[in-house]
Amino acid sequence: MTTATTSVSGPAANAAGENLRFYGVWLAGMVVLIVLPLVFSSGGSLTSFSLIGIAIVFALSYNILLGQTGLLSFGHAVHYGLGGFTACHVMNAIVSHGWPIPLPFIPLFGGLGGLGFAILVGWLMTKRAGTVFAMISLGIGELVASSSLILRSVFGGEAGITTDRTALPRMFGWTFGPQIQVYYLIAFWLVVSAIAMYALTRTPLGRISNAVRDNPERVQFIGYDPHVVRYLAYCFAGFFAGIAGGLAAISFEIANSAYLGAIQSGLVLFATFIGGTAYFFGPILGAILVTYLQLGLTSVTSVWQLYFGIIFIGIVMFSPGGIAGLVMMHRPLLRAGTLWTVIPSYLVAIVPTVALGCGVILVIETIARHSGGEANAINLFGIAFNPKSPATWIAAAVLVAGGSVIARLTWRRVGEAWDRAATVARDRGYLA
Amino acid sequence: MLELIVISTLNGVLFGMLLFLLSSGLTVIFSMMGVLNFAHASFYMLGAFFGFQLTKWIGFWPAFVLAPLLVGAIGMAVERYGLRNTHKHGHVAELLLTFGLAFAIEEIVAMIWGRSPVDYRVPALLDFPAFTIFSTNYPAYKIFMLAVSVVIFVALLLVLRRTRVGLIVQAALTHPHMVGHLGHNVGRVFMVVFGVGSALAGLAGVIAGPALVTQSDMAAALGPILFVVIVFGGLGSLPGAFVASLVIGLVQTFAVALNGSLASVFGPLDSAGGPSALSDIWNVTIAQVAPIIPYLLLVIILIVRPMGLMGTRES
Repeated sequence: MTTATTSVSGPAANAAGENLRFYGVWLAGMVVLIVLPLVFSSGGSLTSFSLIGIAIVFALSYNILLGQTGLLSFGHAVHYGLGGFTACHVMNAIVSHGWPIPLPFIPLFGGLGGLGFAILVGWLMTKRAGTVFAMISLGIGELVASSSLILRSVFGGEAGITTDRTALPRMFGWTFGPQIQVYYLIAFWLVVSAIAMYALTRTPLGRISNAVRDNPERVQFIGYDPHVVRYLAYCFAGFFAGIAGGLAAISFEIANSAYLGAIQSGLVLFATFIGGTAYFFGPILGAILVTYLQLGLTSVTSVWQLYFGIIFIGIVMFSPGGIAGLVMMHRPLLRAGTLWTVIPSYLVAIVPTVALGCGVILVIETIARHSGGEANAINLFGIAFNPKSPATWIAAAVLVAGGSVIARLTWRRVGEAWDRAATVARDRGYLA
Repeated sequence: MLELIVISTLNGVLFGMLLFLLSSGLTVIFSMMGVLNFAHASFYMLGAFFGFQLTKWIGFWPAFVLAPLLVGAIGMAVERYGLRNTHKHGHVAELLLTFGLAFAIEEIVAMIWGRSPVDYRVPALLDFPAFTIFSTNYPAYKIFMLAVSVVIFVALLLVLRRTRVGLIVQAALTHPHMVGHLGHNVGRVFMVVFGVGSALAGLAGVIAGPALVTQSDMAAALGPILFVVIVFGGLGSLPGAFVASLVIGLVQTFAVALNGSLASVFGPLDSAGGPSALSDIWNVTIAQVAPIIPYLLLVIILIVRPMGLMGTRES
């Protein structure tokens, strides 16, 4: 999973070692998935793991569009939602007709639901890439989300469609009532979809998608139609998003119009971009982080969505490669053995950056409490701040102003140290 | 019926002019900088909330002047410190920056003013019926809104057609690189255009706030419609944006006013099979479909004429 989607396979002498590492990473991932619920077995953490698993499949499917084909979609949740609705309807139909289809196959129907809609609208949508595609995807997203409230018999109106996963035929004697069984079902589909999506990046279609992203004109010159390539990528993305939606339908036993909405589309964009679109494991990191923050921050602060927005803006402005890009940036330095020359400047830069972050948090929480009419203390890393006291405001102002000025200077130092280290690494032949 | 047509036409033109105040800035910014400003509707919302707050502090008329200027200043800051730094990462990064901004602005507004509508009232000076047609009192404030939009529209037209700045902006619409080659400070032009576009959006917010609902989700509700307007009119085409604004404004307003459904025209469906997708479509009223009509128009225009009504380039 650490292999860059754009990297070329290494020399033949290295191949055996590379292979071992490659499969090792995947196997380690599977072992973690199996062992996790044994370590953290509480109901809450099982639900969290299930949510994270679904989010990972969804974010990976989104990266087929954004990272691999260069299509920025603002309506990807449409396929997720339609997958969820399809799964719910199929589950209800199975129960009422007595078909012998057990629950583990349901996500496949969800995928088909997402794929079906992608086939239907994809051709029109992928005519053009770039900003126009982004706008059209937004329009289609709004169209479907609004229609779902009109077509009550299909989408169930505001309440949505409910279902009962335990009423389906059993497989291996599993009822899928307990959350742990649902978790393993999600983990299974996560592994299957992740392998399939990784394999997709290695196929000629995956490669030509990258080419369409980078230079559609040249792709045309070598005889491919970029429109067809984008359409195929769009269909695959729709299929895997549908699988994620089907998993969500199984997990929550409901599908409603919120699944299709702009918020869900925005969240998957956040997760994928924060994680990093250039590497296959980027969206996985992003999905884990965003879901974790979503679950964790809601209990800590009332304005958690604002922090989301700020983190996202920060990533866009300062690290457009996302977390994965940030991590992978250090690989050549690590190999060349020059990373240690950068670390001291990092340690210096982190202090004012953290101070700035604390200042921003103080400002936000003070304003939120002031306008919300609450007076409970702000608890920041164990230190209580009184939101009514001027001392808090002064502390916040000093942290923000001082932090931003000093952080600017120290990050400039980091840049200089980085340049020196990179030059050495380049001399040693580790950096292209 | 005549009453409905007259009132709806008035309201539709009014809504269309408001849309144009927003879409004109959006489409000029897009053609010059290649940035689709997702936060444009957020500037509109900021205008409404600043208008509300300043009205409370210093009265409506000072707010009417100050709030758009404030929003314009924020817009310039966004261009100078946000977009210009992000430019090197490409258009997708710029688009995502404005997307993140739109998200953050909505949350900040909700944090400060709450999620429920604020009490932003029509100023007392304009709070009287302007005229009465067919027993309907038409409020003077709406006439004021219409007048402001028309004045801005004419001013915009004059500036773009008759002044040197307008000449540069027009040139930058079609040949942005050439304008830079000719030695104009493209960075400053961008910043000013972004600022003016944001200020216009803010102005639309200030005057629309009392007539419509001033609420933290107003940007999210209007933003997608704005994109429909500029795609429908043709990306980068100001006349296109004008026509599309009026069309969408009129269509939306008439759709909301009409109560007919397929069932009322062709009679009820033989509903032996109980509720189905077909019976849903059969019984839904035009008013209920109103929110999706702009998006249907978008899909239709993309099939029939992908460059939009008056657009010249494909993207």
